Amino acid sequence: MATLKVGLVSPEREVWSGEAKMVVAQTIEGQLGIMPGHAPVLGVLLDGSVVKIEPADGGEWVTAMVGSGFFSIAGDEVSVLAEQAELGTEVDVADARRSLDEALSSAGADDGTAERRARARLRAAGSEA
Amino acid sequence: MPAQIRQLRQQIRSVKSTAKITRAQEMIATSRIVKAQAAVAASKPYADQIVSALTALVSHNVGIDHPLLNEQPEDARTAVLIITSDRGFAGGYNANVIREAESLIAKLRAEGKRPVPYVVGNKGVTWYRFRDREMGAQWTGFSDRPTFPDAEAVGRRLAADFLKTDAEGGVGEIHVVYTEFVSMLTQATQVRRLIPLEIEETTVADGAAAPPAYEFEPTAGDVLDLLLPNYIESRIFHMMLQSAASEHAARRRAMKSATDNANELIGVYTRQMNQARQAAITQEISEIVGGADALADSGGE
Repeated sequence: MATLKVGLVSPEREVWSGEAKMVVAQTIEGQLGIMPGHAPVLGVLLDGSVVKIEPADGGEWVTAMVGSGFFSIAGDEVSVLAEQAELGTEVDVADARRSLDEALSSAGADDGTAERRARARLRAAGSEA
Repeated sequence: MPAQIRQLRQQIRSVKSTAKITRAQEMIATSRIVKAQAAVAASKPYADQIVSALTALVSHNVGIDHPLLNEQPEDARTAVLIITSDRGFAGGYNANVIREAESLIAKLRAEGKRPVPYVVGNKGVTWYRFRDREMGAQWTGFSDRPTFPDAEAVGRRLAADFLKTDAEGGVGEIHVVYTEFVSMLTQATQVRRLIPLEIEETTVADGAAAPPAYEFEPTAGDVLDLLLPNYIESRIFHMMLQSAASEHAARRRAMKSATDNANELIGVYTRQMNQARQAAITQEISEIVGGADALADSGGE
């Protein structure tokens, strides 16, 4: 079976790269599941959402929080470029909860991006908020 | 004579302690170059991807319109982003950047524009403040280890100023002066125009794959809205990382030559001191011998 070549990159480093069966990303308009053979798309990611990757070697799903960014699909190559990107396994849950609390207490100050990002970090780490 | 020896000892001690400091600075800089180069390499995948995405987008939407792509000939104010270091002890690093920036500013002024410096790094800020020159904005505190949020702050400010008109304190063009890390021994000061972006017309060579016909989610315009600021921030980040690596390399070289000079000086002083000590001993001996001879001559019998 064909696989996708996936690269999840932030400006400071390459967060994850490898072969995958499927990638799930969230755009402003809704969730998008990407499998091999997908048409070329250049899309905007929802700021503060979770990207899920199913590795081709049958391992566990890789989850990552992404901030402002976009993704491109072309010829079974998927690149996710996000200004903030963090793997679920790297998220410091206590720190994420603290930033969620801060975002909630200062609600209304911005457009809720901080809150969405904090929630996405918690979701990526596997602990619901 | 003993006074001279004491003085030389004192000088040797002080040069030795200076050499220790410069040697330590040199080693610190050497280890940081490696880290700075790793940071440049780590930022490369993102920079490459964003360039290819932008190329794909623009090549399928010829004549696409976006404020950041438009020339603004009506705005005479021109931003010059100058990337310097926070700390000195880096040889000619800052002097080179500022000299290049000043010649660019003079050139822009000759073209009838009004250049405004936007300065990164304490050394550049001090230089302009001392001369009482107007600065558009200034950022300090991260020149030797820039992070993306730093570049983001600079990029946002520049893009926002670009979209304003002259009367609101905006600018019509943005140039950057930074230092490219060529190798450990060579760093080159570079001048680039950042905004408006220039779209190059190229033809795809036979056999090379043209960018695929993308669909855009939600629309090409929305994607461009996001892509362009990110592209600018990524360019600035790249330039800051290059400058940081160059800063460390320049500092390493300056500190190495300072250490070498100090060691040479210690050699010279040590020889002078030995000579003085030898002369003192010789004199003492001849005094004793002379004294004994005189005693033998006068006393006697």
